[in-house]
Amino acid sequence: MTYHPVNPTLADPLPADALELLRSMYEIRFFEDEIMGLFSQNLVRGSTHLCQGQEAVTVGVCSALSPGDTMTCTYRGHGAVLAMGAPLDRAFGEILGRAGGLCGGKGGSMHLADVSVGALGSNAIVGGHLPTTVGAALAASYRGTSEVSVAFFGDGSTNIGAFHESLNLASIWKLPAIFVIENNQYGEYSTLASTTPIERLSDRAASYGMPGVFVDGNDVIAMRSATKTAVERARAGEGPTLIEADTYRHSGHSRSDPAKYRPEEEVKSWFARDPIVQLRNAIEASGGADAAAEVERTAHTDVDAARDLALTWPEPELSAGMEHIYS
Amino acid sequence: MSDTLNYRQVIARAIADEMREDPDVFMIGEDIGAAGGAFKTAAGLFEEFGPRRVRDTPISEQAIVGAALGAAIMGLRPVAEIMFADFAGVCYDQIVNQVAKHRYMTGGQVTVPLTIRMANGAGTGFAAQHSQAGENWFLNVPGLKIVVPATVEDLYGLLRGSIRDNDPVLFFEHKGLFSVKGTVPTGDAAVLPLGVASVVREGSDITIVATQQMRHRSVEAAEALAAVGIAAEVIDPRTLIPFDDAAVARSLAKTSRLLVVQESPQDGSWGASLVSRMTTQHFTLLDAPPSLLSSPDSPVPYAGVLEDAWLPSVDAIVARAKELVAF
Repeated sequence: MTYHPVNPTLADPLPADALELLRSMYEIRFFEDEIMGLFSQNLVRGSTHLCQGQEAVTVGVCSALSPGDTMTCTYRGHGAVLAMGAPLDRAFGEILGRAGGLCGGKGGSMHLADVSVGALGSNAIVGGHLPTTVGAALAASYRGTSEVSVAFFGDGSTNIGAFHESLNLASIWKLPAIFVIENNQYGEYSTLASTTPIERLSDRAASYGMPGVFVDGNDVIAMRSATKTAVERARAGEGPTLIEADTYRHSGHSRSDPAKYRPEEEVKSWFARDPIVQLRNAIEASGGADAAAEVERTAHTDVDAARDLALTWPEPELSAGMEHIYS
Repeated sequence: MSDTLNYRQVIARAIADEMREDPDVFMIGEDIGAAGGAFKTAAGLFEEFGPRRVRDTPISEQAIVGAALGAAIMGLRPVAEIMFADFAGVCYDQIVNQVAKHRYMTGGQVTVPLTIRMANGAGTGFAAQHSQAGENWFLNVPGLKIVVPATVEDLYGLLRGSIRDNDPVLFFEHKGLFSVKGTVPTGDAAVLPLGVASVVREGSDITIVATQQMRHRSVEAAEALAAVGIAAEVIDPRTLIPFDDAAVARSLAKTSRLLVVQESPQDGSWGASLVSRMTTQHFTLLDAPPSLLSSPDSPVPYAGVLEDAWLPSVDAIVARAKELVAF
């Protein structure tokens, strides 16, 4: 598949909160740098799936949401959960398996959740959470509230049955759901072209009778703009939207994947379009160089402080293993 | 004040009584609306509560269960219908990986007050893909509760109890019992808690534990045994998770002999688990090896003679009980 960039630079004028968007993306980037560091010290168990390179997708989408709105995401979900407003220290704590973690240390990297900010859950079954978002949207529709629910999922999820069932049901009931494909070009180790007979995944929206939008997923402002349209449609009772965000993961599928299958030129071209660098360049071009540098510094400091704090927290009591199975 | 209804009719009665009391209770499933359900178990509900609360879905079991999960974690009390328990196979991920684990993986941030109703059981000529005892597929999935009512009174009380329960409940309605009649008391006194067995018939020579169709056959067998001087105690656990082990142990203290009867192959079944628990935890109560009367290790056959032979018969229960008493 040939890659055609949608927007070589940020498409829209900078919004007033551009520095906040930058801060959120930096925090996610630095958070995952630290997670890798902790992993190499054997302080993180199992595996981790980093979203570095894809920060503009989650930050852009979540910045278009309001309190009360909800979100589900995948095992590559650190960014989405932080973008909803989950605290850095408790996110670190969860991945470190500490009692003070978001889920008391019982979920880990693949299951970060902070329901208090609308992050309903990160899911380790490909596509398994799409029906959950349909249900959260159903609850809003049932109660007549204006809340929307977003599901983030990878390009690989569009070939699983739950994708089909979820989009179909959300559409016939005109539920306030927004389905966001984080198309990072690879389903685990396989190229999209080898698993999927069409290039534009957003084209699949047509068969569910909903709008399908293709967006530069490395342009945080374009992501927010597309999401705002989808949110307005959802809140107006007009039903769901499918957004395909064109993006790239900087590293492999998981910690054990060096991603040697990706052509060097492809990797280079995407790194040149790093979503954080793009936003920062635009901010600097509009006279915000000092402020941007300060945002980067404080994001780094905040992430380090959160990590250090979480490292002081105790591991769960053994009795916690038998808690929260039933209510 | 009470009514005589059959097992099929009392399902809609129980749901309607809960829906009248709690506006957060709604139904979701295939053909449950104007059609009244494939087995007419939802008859009258659509007319009373309308399409908002009695929601017809596409044939999409994953979306049905997953949407019910999403609505439940947002605080509603969905009653989902999976037409035949066998179809749980197409939404196994949603039940086992999503519904059962959401509370646990989030460290107790949510409750999942969800009831999933399914028609199960053999003996009605539906053949291998519409006749299984699906309750056994979920026994080693912590986070689920499993209810298997055998009578009109138990179905009514346990279905209302399940809908009020704050945990996910798999509720199995046996197709072979639809015409069984019973008396339904009205009011909250009829609501039954989960986890309490029913001593259906008292006796001092042998304890027979059975559910649903096999409970009725066991009572018939007990009558035949009484005619030859053997006093069988028949216990219906009514719920498999939680299981009222204490009730079985109390009975064994009198009888010292255990016969479990089930319509399912032996391995991985509730009966095998019960025999294991009683043997390992109450060995000293036993004067004979516990016995598990099961179906053969084959799919459920279609032809009447084959299906009859597949199900444990009253004669087989009597014969096995006599062997145990003579041990």
